[in-house]
Amino acid sequence: MTTNMNPLHHLSERTTALTRRWFLRDCGVGLAGIAMNSLLTREASAALQNAAPKGPHFPAKAKRVIYMFQAGAPSHLELFDPKPELTKRNGKLPPPELLKGYRAAFIKPNSALLGSKYKFAKHGQSGMDFSEVLPHTAELADELCMIRSMQTDAVNHAPAQILMNTGSQQFGRPSFGAWTLYGLGSEGEDLPGYVVLTSSIGTSAGASNYGCGFLPTSYGGVPFRSAGDPVLYLSNPKGIDDKAQRSSLDALNELNQAALGDAGDPEIAARIASYEMAYRLQTSAPELMDLSGEPKHILDMYGIKDVKEASYARNCLLARRLIERGVRFVQLFNEAWDQHANLTRDIKKNCGKTDQASAALVKDLKQRGLLDDTLVVWGGEFGRTPMVQGGNDGRDHHNRCYSYWLAGAGLKKGHIHGETDELGFNVVRDPVHVHDLNATLLHLLGFDHEKLTYRFQGRDYRLTDVHGHVVKGILA
Amino acid sequence: MKLSALFFIVVCNSSLSAAATLNYGRDIQPILSEHCFHCHGSDEKSRKGELRLDVRERALKGGEGDGPAIVPGKPEASAIIARVLSHDSDEVMPPPKEKKPVSAAQADILKRWIAEGANYAKHWAFEAPRKEAVPAGENPVDAFVKVKLEAMKLRSSPRAEAATLCRRLHLDLVGLPPSPAAVAEFVQASATNAKAAATALVEKLMKSPQFGEKWARHWLDAARYSDSNGYEKDLPREQWAWRDWVINAFNKDMPYDQFLIEQLAGDLLPNATQDQLVATGFLRNSMVNEEGAIVPEQFRMDEMFDRMDCIGKATLGLSVQCAQCHTHKFDPITHDEYFGIFAFFNNAYEAQSWVYTPEQQKQIAQIKTAVLAAEERLKKQRPQWEREMVAWEASVKAKEVAWTPLKATELESTIGLNHPTQEPDLSILTQGHPTTKGDIYVVFEADLKGVTGLRLEALMHRDLPFNGPGRSKYGTWAVSEMVVTYQVPDSDKWEPLKLVNASADFSEPDARLEEEWKADFDKQQKRVRGPVSYLIDGNDDTAWRADRGAGLRNQEDVAVVQFEKPLDLPANAKLKVLLRFHHSGGGNGRDNTILGRCRVSTTTAPTPQAQPVYYAAVLAMQTAPEKRTAEQKHALFTAWRKTVKEAKVINDQIAAEWMKQPAALTSVLHLAEREGDNARATKLLDRGAWDRPKQIVAPHTPAALHAPEKTDKMDRLAFARWLADKRSALTARVAVNRVWQAIFGSGLVETSEDFGTRAAVPEYRELLDWLAVDFMEHGWSHKHLIQTILASATYQQSSRTTPELLERDPKNRLLARGPRFRMEAEVVRDSALSIAGLLHQKIGGPSIFPPVPQSMLDYNFFKVDYWVPPTGPERYRRALYVFRKRSMPDPVMSSFDAPNGDLACARRPRSNTPLSALTSLNETVFVEAAQALAQRILREGGTDDTSRANYAYQLCTARGIKPAELQSVLKLLEANRARLRQGELKAGQIAFSSLTKPEELPTDATPNDIAVWTIVSRVLLNLDETLTKS
Repeated sequence: MTTNMNPLHHLSERTTALTRRWFLRDCGVGLAGIAMNSLLTREASAALQNAAPKGPHFPAKAKRVIYMFQAGAPSHLELFDPKPELTKRNGKLPPPELLKGYRAAFIKPNSALLGSKYKFAKHGQSGMDFSEVLPHTAELADELCMIRSMQTDAVNHAPAQILMNTGSQQFGRPSFGAWTLYGLGSEGEDLPGYVVLTSSIGTSAGASNYGCGFLPTSYGGVPFRSAGDPVLYLSNPKGIDDKAQRSSLDALNELNQAALGDAGDPEIAARIASYEMAYRLQTSAPELMDLSGEPKHILDMYGIKDVKEASYARNCLLARRLIERGVRFVQLFNEAWDQHANLTRDIKKNCGKTDQASAALVKDLKQRGLLDDTLVVWGGEFGRTPMVQGGNDGRDHHNRCYSYWLAGAGLKKGHIHGETDELGFNVVRDPVHVHDLNATLLHLLGFDHEKLTYRFQGRDYRLTDVHGHVVKGILA
Repeated sequence: MKLSALFFIVVCNSSLSAAATLNYGRDIQPILSEHCFHCHGSDEKSRKGELRLDVRERALKGGEGDGPAIVPGKPEASAIIARVLSHDSDEVMPPPKEKKPVSAAQADILKRWIAEGANYAKHWAFEAPRKEAVPAGENPVDAFVKVKLEAMKLRSSPRAEAATLCRRLHLDLVGLPPSPAAVAEFVQASATNAKAAATALVEKLMKSPQFGEKWARHWLDAARYSDSNGYEKDLPREQWAWRDWVINAFNKDMPYDQFLIEQLAGDLLPNATQDQLVATGFLRNSMVNEEGAIVPEQFRMDEMFDRMDCIGKATLGLSVQCAQCHTHKFDPITHDEYFGIFAFFNNAYEAQSWVYTPEQQKQIAQIKTAVLAAEERLKKQRPQWEREMVAWEASVKAKEVAWTPLKATELESTIGLNHPTQEPDLSILTQGHPTTKGDIYVVFEADLKGVTGLRLEALMHRDLPFNGPGRSKYGTWAVSEMVVTYQVPDSDKWEPLKLVNASADFSEPDARLEEEWKADFDKQQKRVRGPVSYLIDGNDDTAWRADRGAGLRNQEDVAVVQFEKPLDLPANAKLKVLLRFHHSGGGNGRDNTILGRCRVSTTTAPTPQAQPVYYAAVLAMQTAPEKRTAEQKHALFTAWRKTVKEAKVINDQIAAEWMKQPAALTSVLHLAEREGDNARATKLLDRGAWDRPKQIVAPHTPAALHAPEKTDKMDRLAFARWLADKRSALTARVAVNRVWQAIFGSGLVETSEDFGTRAAVPEYRELLDWLAVDFMEHGWSHKHLIQTILASATYQQSSRTTPELLERDPKNRLLARGPRFRMEAEVVRDSALSIAGLLHQKIGGPSIFPPVPQSMLDYNFFKVDYWVPPTGPERYRRALYVFRKRSMPDPVMSSFDAPNGDLACARRPRSNTPLSALTSLNETVFVEAAQALAQRILREGGTDDTSRANYAYQLCTARGIKPAELQSVLKLLEANRARLRQGELKAGQIAFSSLTKPEELPTDATPNDIAVWTIVSRVLLNLDETLTKS
C-alpha cells in the first residue's frame, strides 16, 4: 500500500497516535472491527493484534480457506462412496435392524434400496474411488483427502446447513468464516476478509449461512455478485464519474477531518478510513471480477466459455483471484443437490457444471504454490438415503453418513478417511461429526477450537459449541 | 468485551489501592465465576470433587479429600489458594486442560479476600434495587455522576451548544433531526433559560407521534420482529398489527408492567380486547419452519426455546437459554427451573386471528347485536321454542347412526412433504409445510365386516389459521377426492372400493374455482368446486367445498359416503383412505387449501347419510345439555331455527346480517391457551433435546428470584404478573438500562442482555437502581424515565473529547462527556429522508418494500414474487416500516448493524465498514435523497453559494457552516460546476431519477445547479456529523 492510500495519512500525528492507542484499548466493535478486516494500515492492524486476544494459538498450516458449499446435499452414493452391495440389493427392502430409531425426511424408512446410478472406478496411485460423473475431480485422487464418514444431527435443509456453517441448528451463531476472521483477521488491503460467491439460487438457510452472529458486523461474509454491482451499491450514482467521486470524497475527508479535530472522537477516523476503503473497493472489486485478463488456458481449465456469464466455474476462478489478493475466507454456495427425484439426470447435470471447475481450482492453486497454505473444502449439509424416494430415481435426506473432500494445507493426500457399511447407510469406522470437521479445520488454521471463544451473554461461545475432536487421522 | 475486562482491571486496581476492603461482587465473583464455577458452581451434574464454591458454607466445608477450600482469615490454610498456586500439573486448579489459569494478581486478590474474612454477597442484580437519597433539587443522574467523577479526579464537560443539544434531543426523542426553524427557536429560548428550554422541548417532542415510532424500534430489536417466517421457505407473514400496538403503547406511555403483561398474556386478561390479543403477537415473533417433511413438533420446540431466549434477554436480562440443556453454570437457574418457566408458555396453541379496524369492530358488534335481537324476536314469537328445540334435537339424534372413529396404523402425506399426526380423539392434524398438492392417506386395520359407509369430519383446531378447519389463508379447505382402497392379508395390492351417495351437512354451489387459487398446473382453469358428490366422482378437477362466507366461515363440516355394498373383507384386511387436494393455488404454498384437521369413521348402519344440519350443532348434541358452552348452545339454536318454516323472515334477516361481515385487512399470529382435555403438560427435555422428554414439570419460577403471588392458576398470566411485579429485582433495571443504552449508546450495564454474575458490575450501579425504583414509583412510565435522564447536565454536556479523557475513559463509561455515536440504521436512513424533505409521515400500517437490487432478490431460495417497491410517497416512509425478510436482511439496515430478527437482540454492535459507506453514498433511496436535498437547497437556501452551503449545513448538522468548511464546499462546487459546463458531466443524469422531478424551483435554477448541488448534498448526507448524534 502506498503512503497516500493510507487513510490515516491525512490525520495529524497526534491524532494518529491517539487513534492507535484507542485501537489498543478497544477491541470490541467499531474501528477495531475494521482493522481486523484489514481496512486500515498494517501498522494499525499490528497494533491491534497485540491487544487482541486472538491470532493463531500455534503455527498454522493453513492461512486461508476456500469452502465450496454444495447446498441441497449431494449424494455420496452417486459420487464418492461406491457400494456394490447396494447395487446388488437394488429393489430389496433394507434390513429391519438398520431402521431402528432411524428417521429420514420424506420417505418411510422401509423403502426399497436403490443402487448407485453410476459406475465407479479407482483412480491415481491412491486408488481413490470416484463415479464416472466426476472425471476431473478423479484426476485429483492423489491430492485429495476424502472423508466418507461425515455425520450430522439434522435432516432438514435449513437447520442442517446452519449446523454445518455455524455449528448450531439454531439461528444466530457466527459462521465458520466469521470465526476465522475473528481469529485471524484478513491479509488483504483492499477487499473484505470474507467473501461469498453464489451460483444458482439462494440457499435454504439464506444469509445466516455466512452471517456474523453475535460477532461484530464486519466479520460477516460479503456477497460478491455476478450480476449488477459485484458488491452492493459499489457503483456511483448515474452521472458521477471517478473524478467527481474523488472530488466528493476529498471534500468529505476534509470536512470529516475538521470534525475529528473538533470533536476528538476516533470514530471519525474510522469513518474516514471506511470511505477511503470504499473508494478502493470501487476499483478493486470490478478489477477482481474482470476475468478478461485471464489467459485462455486458464479459462479452459476451469471450463469458462463466457467470462461475463455467471456460473459456478466463474466463481471458482474468482475464489482463486480473491485469495491471491489476500482474502482470508472465500465461500462458494451452490444450491443444487436436492435430488428427491430425477437423481440420474440432475446429478449428472450438476457435475457437468461443477466437476471441472472444482478440480481446476485445486490444480490452479497447486501450480501457483497456493495450495500449501490454503484449505479447500467441498461438501454439503448431509447425505442421501440408500433407499429410494418416489419411483426409482430419487433419494431422501440422510444424516447418518455423507462424504466431504478436503485438499491443501496440512492434510493427507490421496487419503480416504472413515468407512460406511456395505449399503452406505451407517458409518462403521472413524465417524466425523460436523463439530469434528470444524474442530479440525480450525486446528489447521492454527486454533485450538476450545480456545477460540467469544463471550456473549456471559458464556464463552465457540464454533464447536461443547463438542468436537480434531480428526488426527486426516492430518499430514 | 475484552476491553471492558481490561478497563475493569484498570479502574479496579486504582480503586483497590484506595479501597479498604474488597467487594465480593466486583472483585471476587468474576474470578471464581471465570475460573472455578464451571466445575464447582450451581450445576450439580458438572460438579467435580463434591466441591461447591459459589455457596460460602460449602466452600468452607470443602470437597472430597482436600480439606476446607476456604478458611476465613487464613489464606495459607485454604485449599483453593494452594490449588491455584500449585506448579504440579495434577494439582493445579483449574486443570491445565481447561486453559484458564488464575493469574498471580488474581491469586493475590483471592488471598486478600480470604484474609479479610472471605465474605460472600448475593449477586447485586438478584437483590431488589434500592433508591439511595440524592441531594434535594439535584438531578439524580448528575448526583451520582458527580460523586464518581470527583473520586476519579475527572470533571464533567461543559454544557453542549444549544444547537447541538436541540439536535441531540430530536434524535433521541423522535429519531429525526430538527428543522432549521426548530433549531433557531430553541437557540433563542436557550439564551434566556437553557434548562427550561430543554425541558419544554422534551415535553413537546414526547407528545409527537414520532416518539412512539422511534422508541418502538428498540423494543422491536429485543422482540425479534420480522415480516417473514425465516428458515428455507421464509414466506412473508403479517405481523405489523403488533408493531402498531408497540408504537401506540409508547405514544400512550403505557406503563411498562402493563406493556409486559399484555404482550405475554393479554389474551388471558378478563374481557380481553382485540388490542390485548394483538399484543401477544410478541410471543409469536419467533421463526416458523415450513420446510417440506419437517416434524412440526421439533420446530415448535425451537420456537419455544426462542421464546425463552427472548424473555431472558429482553425482560430479565438473564441468559435463561443457558439452562436449556443443563443447570446454568453461573447464574441461579436450574435445568428444572428452565422448564418451569417453559411450562408457562408451552400450554398454548399457535393461533392466528383477524385484526379489525376500530370501525370494523363496531360493525361486527352491530352485526352481533342485530343477530341476537333477531334471535330474541324469534324466541318471543315462539314462546314454546325450548320445547320445540328439545324435540328437534331428539329427532336429529334419532337419525344419527353410530360411528366408529378409526385409529390409523399408517398416516402419511403421499410424497412425504407433511407428517400428519393423530390426536387423542383420533382426528388427523396436518401441520408444517404449506403444501400445494399435499395428498394425505390413512391406513386402518379395523374390523371391517359389514361396514356400510365412511364419515369424513372437517374439524376446527386452534393451531390452524383462524381455527381452520382448513390451512388456507382463510382457514378454509377444498377436498378434491376421497379414494378408498383395501388390501387383504398376504397381498401387496390395493383394491379399489366404489363409493356412492355422498351427502354433507353443507356444500357450496357448483362453480368455477376462483381466480385467487389459480395454479400453474391448471392453466386451462378446469377446476371447479361445490357439491359433496365431487368428493367421489373420480375427477381431481372437482372438489367438495363448504365455505359459508366471511361471517360464517371456520366451522365444522361433515360428509358421509356409502360403499356400493357392505364390506365383506377378511379379518386383518387394511383399509386406506386417500384425500386428494388438487385445488390449491401457487404462492409456494401460501395459497394452499389443505384440510388441516379431519377424522374418518365407519358405520355398519344401513344407508348412512349426513343430515343437512349445521354440523357444529350435531357435535354439540354429544355434550350433555347442562355441560354445553354458550357457543354450543348457540350452534344448536342456529341449527334449530333454520328448520323452523315460520322463522323464514327472521332467518333471512340474520343471513343478511352475516353478509355484512367486513373483511379484515390483516391478522396477527399469537398464542392461545390450551384448556381442559387439551391442556399440554410440559416435560423436562433431557439435554434440551426436543425428542427426549422426561418427567413432567409444573410451571414455576426460579427460586433465586422473588416468589410469585399466590394464584390458583399458574398460567401465562401468572408468569406475566410475576415478571411485572415491583418486587422483581431485574425487570425494571433491564427496562431502564435499555432506555439508557438508546440514549448513551451503551447501557449502564454494558451487557444489556445479561445482568448475571458474569456481567461486569456497572460503574453506576446505584444510579441504575435509583432510576429503576423511580421508574416503578412513577407508574413504570417510560416518558418519566426519559425525561429524568434528558434533564440531567450529564446528558446535556458536550460530547467533545480530549486525548487525555479518551485515554482515561475511551468508552465514556464514566460519563465525563456527552453521548456521541453513529446513529442506528433506521435513524441514519430517516434522517437523510427528513433532511431531503422526502420523509412521508404516516403512522402505522403494513410494511413497504424498499427498492433492492435484483441480484439480491435472485439470491433467495424461494422466488420472491411480491416485492413491489412503492413509487409514491410511501416509498419514503420511516425505516421502521421497511419490510424485514429474515433470509434476505435489508441491505441498508444490515450494513448499519440492524439485526435481522433471527433471534432477540438486546444490543446492536456498531461498525464502520466500507459497505455502509457505499450504502449511504450510492443506495437508491440515499441517492434520491441527495437529489431532493439539492432541490430543497435551491428552493429554500437563498440565492448564492455561501448562503446555500450554510443552509445545507443547517439541515444536516443543525449548525451553520464554518469558514474552512465553506472553502471545501465551494471548491467541490467549482470543480464540478466547471466540468458540468464543459459537458464532462451530464446534469440530467446526476440531478434526476425517474422519481425525483424538479418542483417549485427558483426560475433561474438550471439543471447544472441541481446537479452540482446534488453532488454536494451527497457529500453532506455522508458527513460524520450527519450520521452521528453528537
